[in-house]
Amino acid sequence: MEKEIRNDEPRLMKGNDALAEAAIRANIDAYFGYPITPQSEVIEYLTREVPNRKEKNIVVLQAESEVASINMMYGAAGAGARVMTSSSSPGISLMQEGLSYIAAAQLPCLVVNVVRGGPGLGTIQPSQGDYFQATKGGGHGDYRLIVLAPNSVQEMADFVFEGFKLAEKYRNPAMILSDGALGQMMEKVYLPEDNSLPKNIPDWATRGKPKGGKQRVITSLHIQPEKMEQINHELLAKYELLQSEVRFEEVSTEDAEVLLVAFGLSSRICQKVVDLGREKGIKIGLLRPITLYPFPSKRLNELADQVALMMSVEMNAGQMVEDVKLAVNGKVPVFFKGRMGGMIPTPEEILQSLEDHFENIKVVG
Amino acid sequence: MSEKLYLDEPEIELEEVYCRPTEALYDVPFHYCPGCGHSVVHRLLMEVVEELGIQEETIGVAPVGCSVFAYHYMNVDMQEAAHGRASAVATGIKRVLPDKYVFSYQGDGDLAAIGTAETIHTVNRGENILMVFINNGIYGMTGGQMAPTTLPGQVTSTSPYGRDVSLVGSPLKMTELVANLPGAYYVTRQSVHNPNAVRKLKKALTKSFQYQKLKKGTCFVEVVSNCPSGWKMTPVESIKYIEEHMFPYYPVGDIKVPKE
Repeated sequence: MEKEIRNDEPRLMKGNDALAEAAIRANIDAYFGYPITPQSEVIEYLTREVPNRKEKNIVVLQAESEVASINMMYGAAGAGARVMTSSSSPGISLMQEGLSYIAAAQLPCLVVNVVRGGPGLGTIQPSQGDYFQATKGGGHGDYRLIVLAPNSVQEMADFVFEGFKLAEKYRNPAMILSDGALGQMMEKVYLPEDNSLPKNIPDWATRGKPKGGKQRVITSLHIQPEKMEQINHELLAKYELLQSEVRFEEVSTEDAEVLLVAFGLSSRICQKVVDLGREKGIKIGLLRPITLYPFPSKRLNELADQVALMMSVEMNAGQMVEDVKLAVNGKVPVFFKGRMGGMIPTPEEILQSLEDHFENIKVVG
Repeated sequence: MSEKLYLDEPEIELEEVYCRPTEALYDVPFHYCPGCGHSVVHRLLMEVVEELGIQEETIGVAPVGCSVFAYHYMNVDMQEAAHGRASAVATGIKRVLPDKYVFSYQGDGDLAAIGTAETIHTVNRGENILMVFINNGIYGMTGGQMAPTTLPGQVTSTSPYGRDVSLVGSPLKMTELVANLPGAYYVTRQSVHNPNAVRKLKKALTKSFQYQKLKKGTCFVEVVSNCPSGWKMTPVESIKYIEEHMFPYYPVGDIKVPKE
């Protein structure tokens, strides 16, 4: 047995392990999952650790597929439990039908996507290629997930708590959009305090109807179009409310002439680009969206009045850049720098790309 | 007492031998086609729930198919699952509420085609739930297409010249298949084609709910049923079809019973 770790003592942990430990500390009632690289440590950690913490009464079940995991999650979340699943890109694709049902039935739960390179079976190396899938709904119909993008092992742990808080507040599925590097790399982490996330049993949960009370039904079926449209309006109203939860981080934006926009692992690399650029006298700033949905459009639009250009840096073929363009609405040129297929851009190549665009603008301007 | 019809009529206290479920089954007309077996099974399930006094402890899972609105009739807490996933949803519920009674209700396309993996693995894990499997050999709600259980030669809208087993395989005997799994506790095939069969089905459902308390594995009840609309028959003809064609392929009776 390991000795108990105090919260104020840092640990050196893998991102996936830190996330799994945070889930235990967040008192999840259940975890359903299926192994896939590069996130298998999550289910391995839970199947190893949970039996040592019997008092927590956590269900950990390896399902027969991601299709089964997400539907087990639907059942357990519908019964009022705090539930999590995790997977990587191809497995998350398999969950999309279930996620659409969960979003439509308004069930709070947490999905973790430790993204790998695609499309198809792709590679097990890190990628941000699932941005569209995560932020635009992903499955069929009009719905959104709350999407949190960590950029450190610390945030892999912290965002489990944040994810459940938001999911339960808005009765909406939340997703942690991580990547293979954040899942696999080891960093110093201060684990969230055990038992510090309050839990309530919601009155809509199907746990056996109260005596003399009304039956509870968890469903996404509304066959009358008038009713279905009304449900859509209710969802839209909720997503509107969600906009107030937008979170982002700014680095050196006060005097920035050019702005990098990057999330997750890319934003870690871009912090270095900011330093390198400033050493050369280029006033670079960085805006890092922490919530990818809701997206910090308003702040980007404000910054568009200040900077000469923006460049979205992503480990994909250019996905978030579309949201940046929508946010600034033509006020400034928006460029894109990306690597794909599991490749990670270096600070130098990002800086070079940024300098080239900046130079061109000056010439044209 | 009402007044006598005849002067010599004896005074008889009538014994109440049947009463429809008053609490667990909503007093509304079923939307099912005339002669369809679904409504009978719905009523039986809720009769059993009411008689066992477990209405407040029962959670049901509705499928995709004709019985998608099962919760409009069954007055217990319910969840509506995606097509094929009812037993995974039921697993999720039961795992976090192990002392509640949980049942899933699915048709043949749902349970034996798109949900085959979930069905087999749910039983293999021995989830302590009741799985109700309505087998009428056709996709009723989508308009009468071929099901995994459609009989050889049977005409449907996607087997217009009769089911060709050389092309699409033979009808799947899912119930026999799951009975082989160690997680299965009680596996039976019943029907609803006549009053006697209905009584036997009710017994099977009652046992299944009672067994859940033991936490010894999955109870799996197949119900050979009919689909007069999908089969393009009158209800009476459909019952004859069950007897003459369904039973030889899907024999009724217990397939796995608990060792007493």
